[in-house]
Amino acid sequence: MRVNFTVNGRPQEADDVWEGESLLYVLRERLGLPGSKNACEQGECGSCTVRLDGVPVCSCLVAAGQVEGREVVTVEGLADYAKQRSCGSSCGTSLQDAQDWAAKGQDSQTGEGTELAPIQQAFIDAGAVQCGFCTPGLLVAADEMLERNPNPSDADIREALSGNLCRCTGYEKIMDAVRLAAARQGEAV
Amino acid sequence: MSTPNGTPTKITQGSKTKGGIGESTLRPDGTLKVTGEFAYSSDMWHEDMLWGQILRSTVAHAEIVSIDTSEALALPGVYAVMTYDDLPTEVKNYGLEIQDTPVLAHGKVRHHGEPVAIVAADHPETARRAAAKIKVEYRELPVITDEASATAPDAILVHENRDDHHIGHVPHPNIVHRQPILRGDARQAAERADFVVKGEYTFGMQDQAFLGPESGLAVPDEDGGVHLYIATQWLHSDLRQIAPVLGLPERKVRMTLSGVGGAFGGREDLSMQIHACLLALRTGKPVKIVYNRFESFFGHVHRHPAKLYYEHGATREGKLTHVKCRIVLDGGAYASASPAVVGNASSLSIGPYVVDDVDIEAIALYTNNPPCGAMRGFGAVQACFAYEAQMDKLADAVGMDRVEFRQLNAMEQGTIMPTGQPVDSPAPVAELLRRVKAMPLPPEQQWLAAGEQADVRQLPGGLSNTTHGEGVVRGIGYAVGIKNVGFSEGFDDYSTAKVRMEVVGGEPVATVHTAMAEVGQGGVTVHAQIARTELGVTQVTIHPADTQVGSAGSTSASRQTYVTGGAVKNSCELVREKVLELGRRKFGSYHPAWATAELLLEGGKVVTDGGEVLADLADVLEGESVEVEAEWRHRPTEAFDLRTGQGFGHVQYSFAAHRAVVEVDTELGLVKVIELACAQDVGKALNPLSVIGQIQGGTTQGLGIAVMEEIIVDPKTAKVRNPSFTDYLIPTILDTPTIPVDVLELADDHAPYGLRGIGEAPTLSSTPAVLAAIRNATGLELNRTPVRPEHLTGTA
Repeated sequence: MRVNFTVNGRPQEADDVWEGESLLYVLRERLGLPGSKNACEQGECGSCTVRLDGVPVCSCLVAAGQVEGREVVTVEGLADYAKQRSCGSSCGTSLQDAQDWAAKGQDSQTGEGTELAPIQQAFIDAGAVQCGFCTPGLLVAADEMLERNPNPSDADIREALSGNLCRCTGYEKIMDAVRLAAARQGEAV
Repeated sequence: MSTPNGTPTKITQGSKTKGGIGESTLRPDGTLKVTGEFAYSSDMWHEDMLWGQILRSTVAHAEIVSIDTSEALALPGVYAVMTYDDLPTEVKNYGLEIQDTPVLAHGKVRHHGEPVAIVAADHPETARRAAAKIKVEYRELPVITDEASATAPDAILVHENRDDHHIGHVPHPNIVHRQPILRGDARQAAERADFVVKGEYTFGMQDQAFLGPESGLAVPDEDGGVHLYIATQWLHSDLRQIAPVLGLPERKVRMTLSGVGGAFGGREDLSMQIHACLLALRTGKPVKIVYNRFESFFGHVHRHPAKLYYEHGATREGKLTHVKCRIVLDGGAYASASPAVVGNASSLSIGPYVVDDVDIEAIALYTNNPPCGAMRGFGAVQACFAYEAQMDKLADAVGMDRVEFRQLNAMEQGTIMPTGQPVDSPAPVAELLRRVKAMPLPPEQQWLAAGEQADVRQLPGGLSNTTHGEGVVRGIGYAVGIKNVGFSEGFDDYSTAKVRMEVVGGEPVATVHTAMAEVGQGGVTVHAQIARTELGVTQVTIHPADTQVGSAGSTSASRQTYVTGGAVKNSCELVREKVLELGRRKFGSYHPAWATAELLLEGGKVVTDGGEVLADLADVLEGESVEVEAEWRHRPTEAFDLRTGQGFGHVQYSFAAHRAVVEVDTELGLVKVIELACAQDVGKALNPLSVIGQIQGGTTQGLGIAVMEEIIVDPKTAKVRNPSFTDYLIPTILDTPTIPVDVLELADDHAPYGLRGIGEAPTLSSTPAVLAAIRNATGLELNRTPVRPEHLTGTA
C-alpha cells in the first residue's frame, strides 16, 4: 500500500508498504529516518517515541496505515519543532537574524555546528547521553512534557519519563538534563 | 581510624591545555546521538540489501532427526537458507576461550534458542516466515539444569569428547572449570572462632539488557572477502573467531565498529556476526540482521546464576578467623567466559577483608540452561551478594555495628589476598564505608512533603496506589565490594594506539586511531582528553574504530581507560618525543633551551618547564606529519595454581561502597528504594562527569538484580519463560532512586595517571546494600536475589 503523511513538517509518501509494517519500520527503513530506535519493538522501552499529531506514542505500536494524512515529529525534527514552538505563530527570520547570518560549517564526524533543541543541548551538557540508544525517545518524551509542564517537580519528571527505559545512566543525569532544560526555558521567558 | 594511604596524581605536561584530563569535557558523539544521526549497527542500510533471520531451537536438549528447508526455499523473496551442512570449512565452532559453540546446530541442540538454520530474504517479514517454514524434527533428551543433575553418576554429558585445557582438572565432564583456593588452615582457624555463621545463597540469572539489539550489516567485497559493520565489545576477538569459519584470511574480513547501543558484557561473545557474513558470501548481496528483543534474550549469554555456600567465623573481639565457601555457577550449554568467571568468583570470594585462613572452591557447570558468560561485575557480583550478607549476620552474632565490623576487618594497602597476592595500591575500604555512612540520610516520609495528600509516586507500589503509607517501613543497609580491573590470570592484555600529529588549516591537530569499542562508556571522550594533555593541542580527531589498526582488547573488565587509555598516552608520548626532535632539528640553533630545558607541549606551543615559549607547534609540524602506532601493556599477571589458587593473578583492584535506604510495604511485599548512596575510589577521575555517570549506571544495574531482574528458566524443560521487557523488568526512572556519589582519588602508581578502572565496582555492592536494607526493614533472612513480593509476604 501507499501511505501519505507528514514527517517533521514535510509531506512524505511511502510506497510498497506491507500492511504489517509499523510506523517505526517505515520511518527507519523506507524514509531514511533511523533516529527513532528499535530497542524492544513491543511498546515497553519508549526508544521509538515520536509525536503523532502532537501526542507521544511508541511508533513500533502504530501500524503504518494508521498514520495516513497525519503529522509525525521524530527526533530528527525536534530542533525545528522546538524552534517553531518558541517563536509561536509569527515565525520568520528577523532582520537581526538575517543580517547576522553566516554559513556555518557542520562537522560530519561530530555534528558540531548543528542547531539543537534546548532539551537536546541539555542532555549533552548534563552528561545524560552514554550509549545514546534511549536518547531519541527520551528527548521526544521530555520535550513534550516540558511543553505541557514548564516547571515540573522531580516526581513529575519521573512519571512523565517512566515509559522510557535507559540501561546506562541510572537516570540521574537524565533528571539533571530535564531540570536544566526547564531552568533554561524559564530564564528565556 | 587511620587516614588512607595514597595521594591524587599530579600532572605537569599539558596541565595548561584546555580540555585535557581531569575536566568534564563533553562527548564528541553527543550531538550526533541527540539528533538521531549517530549510526548504530541496526541503522545500517545498503542498496539491494537482504535481511537475515535465524531459526532457533524450540527445545533445550534434543537430537536433531531431520531438517527440511524446501518449503522455506520455495517462498518468493527468499535468497538463501543455510544449515550446518552448508558451512564452508571444517571450522564449524567458535568460542571466546573454548571453541565449543556451533555456528549452526549439528545433530544436537543443547539449549533453548540455539541457532539451527539461517535465512536471507528481501524483507524481514519474508525472512521470518521462511524461517518458520523450516521443519526441524527433534528427539528430546532429558535436561540437565543444576549441579545435582549435572554430576549425577548417570548424567548425560552436555559435551562428549571434551579436549579443552580444563578437562584434566575438573571432577566431572559437566564441570567447565574448577578453581580451589587454599591458604592458611581454615579448619584449625575455625577452632579460634567464638562465633560462626553459615548461609546458603541463591543468585538469579540477570540479563545485560543493553538497549541496542544485536545487529549488523555484512557487505561482500570484490576480492571475495566481506566487510562487517558491527556492534561489539572487541573487534579483533570477533575477527579471530569469524575468519576461520568463513575460510577467509583475517585480512579479507574487514570490520568496522558501528554505533553500539550498550553492552555490559553481552557483546563479548559473537551473536549474528558469522551468520550475516555467511549469508552475504552465499548470496553475493549485503545482508543485515537485527534481532528483536525476544530474540535478543536468546542471542547473548547472561550473568551466571549461582548457588553460594558460606561459613564465616569471628572472635569475640570481632576479628574474622576464617572463611569457607563454595560457589557453584551455572554456565549453561556453552563455555563462553565461564572459566574466567570462575577465576574471579574464587579469587574475590571473601571480599575486601583480611582473612588469613580460607578454604574456597568455585566451579562452573555445563547444563542445558541458557549459556552464561560476561556481565558487568563478572563473577565478583554473585560473591559480593553472599559475603556481604554473611558479614551482616556475623556482625549481629558478635554484637557489633555492621559498618564498624566491616571497618575492623577491612583490607588495606599491603593486605595479602587469598591468592597470596599483596594488594599493592591504595585500598581505602574503611574510608569508603565511613564516607558513605557520613552522607546525610533522605528525610522520612517524603511522600507527605508535597502536600496533604500522599504523593503515591514516592511510595512502594507507586501509581498503582496500593498504599498511602500504611504498613510502610524504612530500612537501611550497607555493603562494600572488590573487583579486579583488566584481564587476569596471565592473559596478554595489551592495547594498541595509532596517534598522528599534523597541521590542518594552520592548526596543530592530533588524530587518535584505536580499535576500542565505544559502547557508551565514554572512551572516545577520554582519548581526546589524553591527546590534549599529552600533546598540548585543542583539536583532536577520533578515528572510527576498525581492524585497520592493532587490537585494543575488549571493552570489558573496567579496563579500557586503563589499557587503551594507557596505549593512547604511550603513543602520544612517543609522538611528543618525535615532535620535539623535529623542533630541535628545525629551531634548535635559535635558542639554547631546546637542548638544555625540560620541554613541554602546551596550548599549541613548545614551552620550557619554566613557561618560556620556544615555537608554535604549527611551525614545528609545517609540512610534516608525525605518526606512531604502538602496543602498550600493563604489568603481567600469572595463572592461579590449579590446586591451591595461589598466584599474582590480578592487575588492579577497584572498590566501592553503598548505603541503601528502602521503604517496604510489608503487607504487599512491595519495595521502593529511596536512595542508593555510593562512595568509590577512582584513582584519578579523567572525566568526572563520565565517572559519576558510570557509578550511577552500575549502581542501578545492581538495584535491578536486587529487586526485579531475573530470567526465569523452567526447571523441568530448561526453557526461558520471560524473554521480553514485558516480563523481564529493568529499573525505570520511577524505580530508580537518587544516587549521590562521593568520589575519592587515590593514585595507583602502577596505572596511567594513577587511574583505577571504575565501571564494574558499583554493580557489586549495590545489590547486597539493597538486600541488607530490606532485611533491616522486614527482619527477614532473604537468602536469594532478586527479592520478589512473595518472599516478603511469606507466600513464596
